[in-house]
Amino acid sequence: MILTQASPGSAAQVAEFSNTMTYATMLVLVVAMIAFAASFAARRTQSIDLRQREPALVGGDTVTAAPLPTGTADAGPDPDPDEPGRRAGNIALSLSWLAFTMLFVAVVARGVWAGRVPWGNMYEFSLTSALAILGVYLGVSTRRDVRWLGIFVIPLVLLTLGLAITVLYTETQQLVPALDSYWLVIHVSMAIVCGGAFLIAGTTAALYLIANRAQRPAGGPLSKLVCAVGRRLPEPERLDRLSYRIVAFAFPVWTFAIVAGAIWAESAWGRYWGWDPKETWAFITWVIFAGYLHAQSTAGWKGRKASWLAIIGLVAYIFNYFGVNLLFTGLHSYGGV
Amino acid sequence: MSATDFTTHADPMDRQVSAPGGLGPIGWLRWMWRRLISMRTALVLLLLLGLAAIPGSLLPQRTSDSVAVSNYFTEHRELAPWLDRLGLFDVYGSPWFAAIYLLLFISLVGCVVPRIGVHYRTWRAGPPEPPRRRSDDPIVTGDSQVLLDTAETTLRAARWRVRRDGAHVAAEKGYLRETGNEVFHVALLGLLLAIGWGAVTGWHGNVVVRENTGFSNSVSQYDQFTAGRFVDEEAISPFTVRLDSFDVEFDRDPVQMGTPRLFDARVSVTSDGEQNTEFLSVNSPVKVADAKVYLIGHGYAPRLRITDSDGTVVFEDSVVFTQEDANYTSAGVIKAPDATPQLGFRGLFAPTAAISEEAGPHSTFPGPDNPVLFLSAFAGDLGLDDGVPQSVFTLDETDMEQLGLQSLAPGDDWELPGGQTVEFLGFDRWISVKVGHDEGGFWALLAIVIAVAGMTASLFIRRRRLWVVATDDGVSVAAVQRGRSASVVDRDELLRALR
Repeated sequence: MILTQASPGSAAQVAEFSNTMTYATMLVLVVAMIAFAASFAARRTQSIDLRQREPALVGGDTVTAAPLPTGTADAGPDPDPDEPGRRAGNIALSLSWLAFTMLFVAVVARGVWAGRVPWGNMYEFSLTSALAILGVYLGVSTRRDVRWLGIFVIPLVLLTLGLAITVLYTETQQLVPALDSYWLVIHVSMAIVCGGAFLIAGTTAALYLIANRAQRPAGGPLSKLVCAVGRRLPEPERLDRLSYRIVAFAFPVWTFAIVAGAIWAESAWGRYWGWDPKETWAFITWVIFAGYLHAQSTAGWKGRKASWLAIIGLVAYIFNYFGVNLLFTGLHSYGGV
Repeated sequence: MSATDFTTHADPMDRQVSAPGGLGPIGWLRWMWRRLISMRTALVLLLLLGLAAIPGSLLPQRTSDSVAVSNYFTEHRELAPWLDRLGLFDVYGSPWFAAIYLLLFISLVGCVVPRIGVHYRTWRAGPPEPPRRRSDDPIVTGDSQVLLDTAETTLRAARWRVRRDGAHVAAEKGYLRETGNEVFHVALLGLLLAIGWGAVTGWHGNVVVRENTGFSNSVSQYDQFTAGRFVDEEAISPFTVRLDSFDVEFDRDPVQMGTPRLFDARVSVTSDGEQNTEFLSVNSPVKVADAKVYLIGHGYAPRLRITDSDGTVVFEDSVVFTQEDANYTSAGVIKAPDATPQLGFRGLFAPTAAISEEAGPHSTFPGPDNPVLFLSAFAGDLGLDDGVPQSVFTLDETDMEQLGLQSLAPGDDWELPGGQTVEFLGFDRWISVKVGHDEGGFWALLAIVIAVAGMTASLFIRRRRLWVVATDDGVSVAAVQRGRSASVVDRDELLRALR
C-alpha cells in the first residue's frame, strides 16, 4: 500500500501540485463546457414529423423483434461532417481529453502524497469520481458520436470537483487499518467506475425522457424549453439504447464491487454481509439497476418507466455516497469526511 | 429475467394474463400462479425488496447495534414499541422482508424452470425456418447450390449452428445468452440457499482479551454469542486462545500522523492438544479448528493496585478502558468492592496526555508517549449487593461520595483521604476478537461468481440468426434484424465471403 515515503517538505509540494492541477482542470472544463454548449445550440433541431419511426422489423411470423435490449453494435447514423456545431464539438472533446489527463495527474499526485491509493476520504473519492465520470464519457465517445452529451456531462464533472475542493477538502490522512487492504483497491476502484457509468446512464435516461416529451407539441414555457433541448437530441430510441448499454456494462462491475467489498468485510469484520447502511444502499442500488435491466425487456415498462428506474438508481448511488457517509454511523464511516 | 431477442416460443413470463371468469378455485389458483411468475410481478417484487431494505438503514438494528436500539427506545417512548411490533428494529429478519424475497424467489423459479425447458427444446430444434423474403434482402447471383455450400462451410467454420435444407441454410449463434441468463437466476437461488445454510449452521461470539489472558471457545466465555438454529451450543469445537502480546505502531510522519503501521497480536492457540503461536491482525484472521478468529478492535487497559488503610491489597489487575477518539483517549471504571469503604473510580486514560481548555484531559497521539491516568475517586456503597446486574463500564454513584481528582503517571500513587492508596502500575493492551464459524460463505461466493459469469454472458452475448435461401438465379441472404444490428454485421460478412 505504501507507494512512497516522501519527506514532509517535498510532500507538501506534491499536495500543492495536485491541488493546482485540479484547479487547472476545472478551468479547462469550463472552456470545454462553453464549446459543448455552442456545439449543442448549433445542432439541427428535428421537427416532429421527421421522427416517424421505422416500423419495428418484420420477418416471418415466428420472429418477433425486440428493438431494444441487446446490443446492437450501432453507433447511429454515420456522423455528418457538415453538421453544424461539429467543429465546436470537436474542440470541446479535445479539451475534455486534456482535462482528463490533467485530472489523472492530479489524482496520481494526491496518491503519491498520501502514500496510498487516493480514496481515503470523501475529497479524494470525489476527485477520482470526477475522473471516472469523464473517463466513462470519453470511453463512450470513442465508440459513438456523443458530442451532444458533453454539455450535460461536463457540468456534472465540474459540480463534483467543485464540491470536492470547497466542501469536502481535507488534509487529514488517517486511514484506519481495516482500509489497508488490496481489496480496497478492487472494491473502491470498481465502485468509482460504476459511479461514473451510473451517472452517464442516468443522464442519458433523463435525456431520453426529454427527447420523448419533445416529440409532442410544446405547451407551457417549461415544456417549450424541454422541447427546445429535446429536439436537438438524438432520437429517443438511441438514447434509450445508450443508457441500456452503459448500465449493462456497469451492472456486472457493480456486482463484483459488492462481492469484493463482502470479501474484504469478511476478513476485516468477521462477516461478509451485515446490513451496514453502506451495504444496504449498495444492495438497494443493485436491486434498482437489476430492475432497470429487466424493465427494458418488459412490456409496459420499457422506455419511460425503465428510464425513471435508471434515474432512481443513480439517486440511490449518490445517496449511498453523501447520505450514508454524512448522516449515518456505520462501519463505513471512517476517514472522516 | 431479461428477455431474449428472439421469442420463438411462448414466453411464460410475457404471456398476457387475463383474469379468469368463473373458473372455479383451480382456475383462480392457476391464474394467481401465472400472475406470480409473470415478469411484471417479479419486477414489482424486486423493487419492493429494495424499498423494504430502506428502513433498516434509517433505524438502528438489533443485529448490528443493540445499544443504539435501546437508546432509541428511551428517546422515543411512544413510537419505539410500535416500530418494534412492525419488526423495524430487525428489518432483515422480519417476516415481511422474508415474505418479499421468498415470493420473489418463487416467482423466479416459476419463471426460470419453464424457460430452461423452452431453451433446451429451442437448442435441440436448431435454427428455425427462414422468414418470408423481404424485398431488400441482399442477393448474390450464381449457382445456388454452390453458394449454399459455401455459406454452410463459412458459417460452420465460424461456429454457427447450421441447418442445411435443400433450398436454404439456416444458421443461429449465441445460445449462451439465454443459458447465461438462466445460470444467473439459478445461481441467485444458490446464493440464497448458501446464505440460509450459513445462518442456520453458523455461530459467532465476541470477547475482549487483555495481554497475558485468554479465553476458551465456549458460550459462557463470550461477552456476546449468537448461534444458528442447527447449532448445538454445547458441542462447538473446544479450543483456547491466549493473547501473548499485542504490538501496534503508529506513523509519526506529519502527513500520516497516527496511522497504524503495524498491528499484530501474537496469540497462543491450543486446539486438539496442540499449541501453536499465530499472528492475528486486521484483515488477516486466524483459522482455528472449524472457526476463524478476527481482530476487531484494540485499546488500553490501565493496571492498578488498590491497598486498604490496613495495608491489605484489595485490588490488583488491569481494567479494560474503551476508546473514545482516534488518539485513544480511553474511558473506564474501576471498582474495588473489597475495600472498606468500597471504592469506585471513573478513569480517563490518555496514552499521550495533554490538557486543553476545550477538550480537558485528552490524548494527542494513539501511541503511549506520555501515558497519564486521570482518576476521579468515590467511596461508599457500589450497589453491587442489590442483585441487579451492573455493567463493568458504569459506576452507580448514588450511595457514594466523591473524594477527589488526581492525574497519575505510571509508578505514581495517590493516597486517598481515608488512608487507602491507589497505585498506577502501568498498562496492558487489550484486543477485541470475534470468533465465528460459517459454512455458507464459500458456497455464497461460488454462487455469486457463477451468477456474475452468467449475467455477463446474458448481457454481452448476442443471439443472431441468418438465412441463405436459394432463388432462381442465386441466393438471398436474410438477417433477423435490420439497421446496424449484430445480425446485419454478420450478414454483411457472409455476403463478402459469398461474393
